[in-house]
Amino acid sequence: MTQTQQLGPLTRLLMNDAAGRKVLLVLVLMAIFIPLSNLLLPEGSFFHVSTYTMTLLGKYLCYALLAIAVDLIWGYCGILSLGHGAFFALGGYAMGMYLMRQIGDRGVYGNPELPDFMVFLNWTELPWYWLGFDQFWFAMLMVLLAPGILAFVFGALAFRSRVTGVYLSIITQALTYALLLAFFRNDMGFGGNNGLTDFKDILGYSLQSDNTRAVLFVASALALILGYLLSRFIVTSKLGRVLVAIRDSESRARFLGYRVEHYKLFVFVVSSMLAGVAGALYVPQVGIINPGEFAPINSIEIIIWVAVGGRGTLFGAIIGAMLVNYAKTYFTGAFAELWLFMLGGLFVLTTLYLPKGVVGLWAQLKEKYLLKKQKALLVSPQDQSSVATEGVTGSEPSAGEKA
Amino acid sequence: MSLQTPKHIDNPSVLYMDGVSVSFDGFKALNSLSMVIAPGEMRAIIGPNGAGKTTMMDVITGKTRPDSGTIMFTDNHKTEHDLTRFDEADVANLGVGRKFQKPSVIESLTVFENLEMSLKGGRGIWQALMHKLTAEKAQKLDEIMEMIDLTDKREELAGNLSHGQKQWLEIGMLLGQEPQLLLIDEPAAGMTDEETMKTAELFKRLAQKHSLMVVEHDMDFIEALDCKVTVLHEGHVLAEGSLATVKANPQVIEVYLGR
Repeated sequence: MTQTQQLGPLTRLLMNDAAGRKVLLVLVLMAIFIPLSNLLLPEGSFFHVSTYTMTLLGKYLCYALLAIAVDLIWGYCGILSLGHGAFFALGGYAMGMYLMRQIGDRGVYGNPELPDFMVFLNWTELPWYWLGFDQFWFAMLMVLLAPGILAFVFGALAFRSRVTGVYLSIITQALTYALLLAFFRNDMGFGGNNGLTDFKDILGYSLQSDNTRAVLFVASALALILGYLLSRFIVTSKLGRVLVAIRDSESRARFLGYRVEHYKLFVFVVSSMLAGVAGALYVPQVGIINPGEFAPINSIEIIIWVAVGGRGTLFGAIIGAMLVNYAKTYFTGAFAELWLFMLGGLFVLTTLYLPKGVVGLWAQLKEKYLLKKQKALLVSPQDQSSVATEGVTGSEPSAGEKA
Repeated sequence: MSLQTPKHIDNPSVLYMDGVSVSFDGFKALNSLSMVIAPGEMRAIIGPNGAGKTTMMDVITGKTRPDSGTIMFTDNHKTEHDLTRFDEADVANLGVGRKFQKPSVIESLTVFENLEMSLKGGRGIWQALMHKLTAEKAQKLDEIMEMIDLTDKREELAGNLSHGQKQWLEIGMLLGQEPQLLLIDEPAAGMTDEETMKTAELFKRLAQKHSLMVVEHDMDFIEALDCKVTVLHEGHVLAEGSLATVKANPQVIEVYLGR
């Protein structure tokens, strides 16, 4: 124990996390080489990464951060939120409002104070809740506070009333749906159906330039790395073990003297803020935020990413988000109408055959192999050597290929 | 802390229950239940199914609010607390530990982590986030593991323990909380005869420092505990005394032992 305390904080966080270290290394390499290759290599070069690809990958990184946020509450604390897309969208809207204010008088109507949609609605002045969003620092504060405060109020009510399990899932779903309907209304002042778009620049730098895109990509990678480390810090602390206790046996945690509702609230708020940051980095890269981001299906998709990757392993959430979104990009291009069926099928298959996700596949196959070997030993102890080698050639290589 | 000073103050008790009643949809689970547990006392509670044993534990530990009656708990500092005003976490932190009938340990944590989490103090969010294991606490954990015979299972996941070992781990977690009063629901359920006798020995040792209330069906186990027995029936106390006295009570024979 004293040895542990002498190590640096980063080493301590990643000490027993070999897979996480690998994922972080890949992220760091991506953050360095993808922007460099985009900016420095000529377009014809084999190693050139196009701006389109870089932006697409940047989007995946935001999704991965969102997946970590969900894994933190679902994988570790057992809170199945089917409304986390709402926190992502709120962070996105906060960033979108800043980007709208950056347009200034370059809009279609040329009004220096009001965004186009407000001019179109014949509004004469900026609503009070838009004040301050011309300041970057204020908008960034709101990226954290808007999801954080909503999560706090919602969580305080739900967790104090001991709403758990499927009931909690249903009301989180209702929450995001209610926000969807609200943001669709023009008089809410968030651009209604069309949302916020036509962004020009961020902090004075054009969003169309490759340099800005590269910086946004690096920022997304950094946010993901920091989000991972923060989550890792939480789950490896004693607080993380209390979360697991709440997940596995809530009443035991209570009778041990832990205030379950406070712990749930804490991790729910942290998670909502991570989701908000992910949304804020997503919006300048895709160039639009509209009420569609609140759609219940989006929140359900996040659950699928985490389940496919491996619930309760933070690096698994990253891998799951990347894999499923890559598949989505590919299949919505190739067989658009089939994608939702495939997504549903993926979830069913994961639940049935991969309870620990793709990152648990290796361990799962190894366990199966050992069990088979044990059985074989029990059946015929005299030719155990031949059975064992048969087992090796039979299942081990296929396990290696799949993993 | 408490509003009124009960009369029994010169006759110290850890737990004082008077006229406690609870009903669920008209069914009286507890019907004017009264009982006093002295410091360092071990008490066995028996009674047929539906006698109110679990409900009694629920009202003491803050899970269920009684409709009427007094439940006073005296902590280490001789301060009295009205337990009916607190919830589970508060009652636990005042010094009442509870062990469930079904072993409820955190299966995906190790034996060590389970026990570490049970250690008294540091229940706040920030304290949990910044928690460091001190040498003093590490020693305390070693002692507990020694006592419950799980030292060599220290890094084993609790889910991989045998049923009896899980029961012991949960008892160890109670000890980590350093409670004055331990409420223990059917500890011998699912244990081998040998484990049962070992558990009885452990409880007898514990009774010197803590008060214990043990609900049990296993008569051999109660005999081994060798303590005062309370018989519950239809939510109130039917008889109280040594096991022999209680066994000889005709009412008890009629409702419980005779069947």
